[in-house]
Amino acid sequence: MLSFIVRRLLIAIPTIILISVFVFALQKLLPGDPVLAMAGEERDPATIAFLREKYRLNDPLPIQYFTWVGNALTGDLGISLRTNQPVLELIAEKLPVTIQLATMAMVFALAIGIPAGILSAIKKGTVADYVANVVALSGLSIPNFWLGIMLILLVSVKWQLLPASGYVPFDEDPLRSIQVMIMPAFVLGTALAATLMRHTRSAMLTVLTSDYVRTARAKGLSERRVILKHAFRNALTPIVTLSALLFGELIAGAVLTEQIFTVPGFGKLVVDAVFNRDYAVVQGIVLVTAVGFIAMNLLADVAYVLLNPRLRKS
Amino acid sequence: MSEPILKATNLSRHFKVGGSLFRKPKILRAVEDVSLTVQQGETLAIVGESGCGKSTLARMLMRLIEPTSGQMTFEGRQIDLAQGRALTELRRDMQFIFQDPFSSLNPRMTVGRLVGEPIETHAPQLSARERRAKVAELLAQVGLRPEHADRYPHEFSGGQRQRIGIARALASGPKLIIGDEPVSALDVSVQAQVINLLADLRDRLGLTLVVIAHDLAVIRHMSDRVAVMYLGSVVEEGGTDDIFARPRHPYTRALLSAIPVAEYGRTRQQIPLEGEMPSPLDPPSGCRFHTRCPFARDACKTEAPVLRATDTAPGHRAACHFFEEIAAENPPPPATEGSGRTDAARARFALYADAIAGTETRPRAET
Repeated sequence: MLSFIVRRLLIAIPTIILISVFVFALQKLLPGDPVLAMAGEERDPATIAFLREKYRLNDPLPIQYFTWVGNALTGDLGISLRTNQPVLELIAEKLPVTIQLATMAMVFALAIGIPAGILSAIKKGTVADYVANVVALSGLSIPNFWLGIMLILLVSVKWQLLPASGYVPFDEDPLRSIQVMIMPAFVLGTALAATLMRHTRSAMLTVLTSDYVRTARAKGLSERRVILKHAFRNALTPIVTLSALLFGELIAGAVLTEQIFTVPGFGKLVVDAVFNRDYAVVQGIVLVTAVGFIAMNLLADVAYVLLNPRLRKS
Repeated sequence: MSEPILKATNLSRHFKVGGSLFRKPKILRAVEDVSLTVQQGETLAIVGESGCGKSTLARMLMRLIEPTSGQMTFEGRQIDLAQGRALTELRRDMQFIFQDPFSSLNPRMTVGRLVGEPIETHAPQLSARERRAKVAELLAQVGLRPEHADRYPHEFSGGQRQRIGIARALASGPKLIIGDEPVSALDVSVQAQVINLLADLRDRLGLTLVVIAHDLAVIRHMSDRVAVMYLGSVVEEGGTDDIFARPRHPYTRALLSAIPVAEYGRTRQQIPLEGEMPSPLDPPSGCRFHTRCPFARDACKTEAPVLRATDTAPGHRAACHFFEEIAAENPPPPATEGSGRTDAARARFALYADAIAGTETRPRAET
């Protein structure tokens, strides 16, 4: 098991290198010059030259790349061109907000999507199944921003049940923090819950017709045990894969959701950085996100092996 | 061999096929009006071509599929409506061995858990240690080692997996075991071992067996009685020896004549059957076999025959209007026991017989 994790980690290294090259190259290919943006209206040549020298933008690209990677490895992701704050500090400040949002959204998606998927697979063809499918399809097709705005209008403005925006750090006031985050998490989790529900349903339908489920019934086990111990455990593999892949969607969705609810998170940081052509910040964010994504998939791989004994020996 | 342990009366199972909002679904008559009696301690074989409904029948007897109509009793209690506790009890007394030893075992569970689960359900009073001991005992009974309990199904060969399936079936302490083609997925060399194991366990534990098969050699080897199915109905039933020696229904005759003879220079007269088996969606009128029967007459197209007693032995019944005449006109093919073999061939067959006899007395785990 340990050797598997080590091997899997080693495979992740080239992926991360490749990603770093892409991140770096993309930045250079983007239209617009940050130095011009910084130099202000006058575009004084001396200022421009000074800025270029200061951020070492005159070095050859490979040197720039290696300097950047070298710094990144020591935890220095550069300094924001805009705010002069270290990028790592900015990210460390915003990341917990988005992690809380993403975790709450994921918990919501899993708590709704998986039971609904199991239920609609067991009750296939009944009213419950149709209702679940219609709700899931609506969840998938309703755009995030529309749902967000509607919720703000109804829940915050009309009924005044929950605050429309803002953020309270979790360690300051956990209850209040969750309360503020409920609506954004719901909006972000809706599409995920629907996707999870559809996949759980189809995985369960496949497993429920398999021979070993029939064997389990023939043993005289209770239906509950047949479903949870025999069927669901086998249906879990695609659900775990999907959950790891959905992490990417979660981050993308967070960008939009944070804008709607003005949550001061990662997503807002990205949008601001892109608009300001704040190279260092964008690079840092993309790098952190990509590494996070790889880590999630690594976790999923480890989960497979734990779930599936057939993978354990090879 | 006196008390009927399992009795089925006029059992039918229909499946709806196709159909939509505007079209009426067709009805597939997988099993039609089958009555069976299984005596305590006997081995009944149900035989027929693919698609004749024998697996559906077996699953119905086990209540894995609900019958469309008909009644069943097990040891005198009615079981076709059993629910909840009664159904759980039924699952303790009646177990099933599945055809496919690969897909019928949950890949995520160790052998110990697969075999131990029925014990947990049906004997919850046992402690975990007692359960482990019981699992080890069951594994030993089917020729596996106790340490195999910690492995997963994919670490075993087909024959071993079927042994696990048998151990699992025995775990609840059943009185009757239904085997749905228990060896057809295995290599021929392993088939003999598994069949001998089943026969051995039956004798040792006093089990009653119902075996579904299409392999006539398997049936002859292990069963006391045979029921022949064609297109969802039983067309002939009786003692194994009697049926093999004096088949009465034309379909049984054709089936038996298809057994190859492993002797040089000797062929048996085969009764070829024309055409395919008709679709159970649209079964022929009258006798369902008339479209392929070499002896069919006009009456066969309109009147459905019922099972009636033959003159050969008590309990031997056939569903054919004319089996007396057919039997009189066409004597059954001669028995295969004979002297067509050369001396060398005979010596060789004797060797085979010895080898098989060796495996019969002590089934080994193949590792």
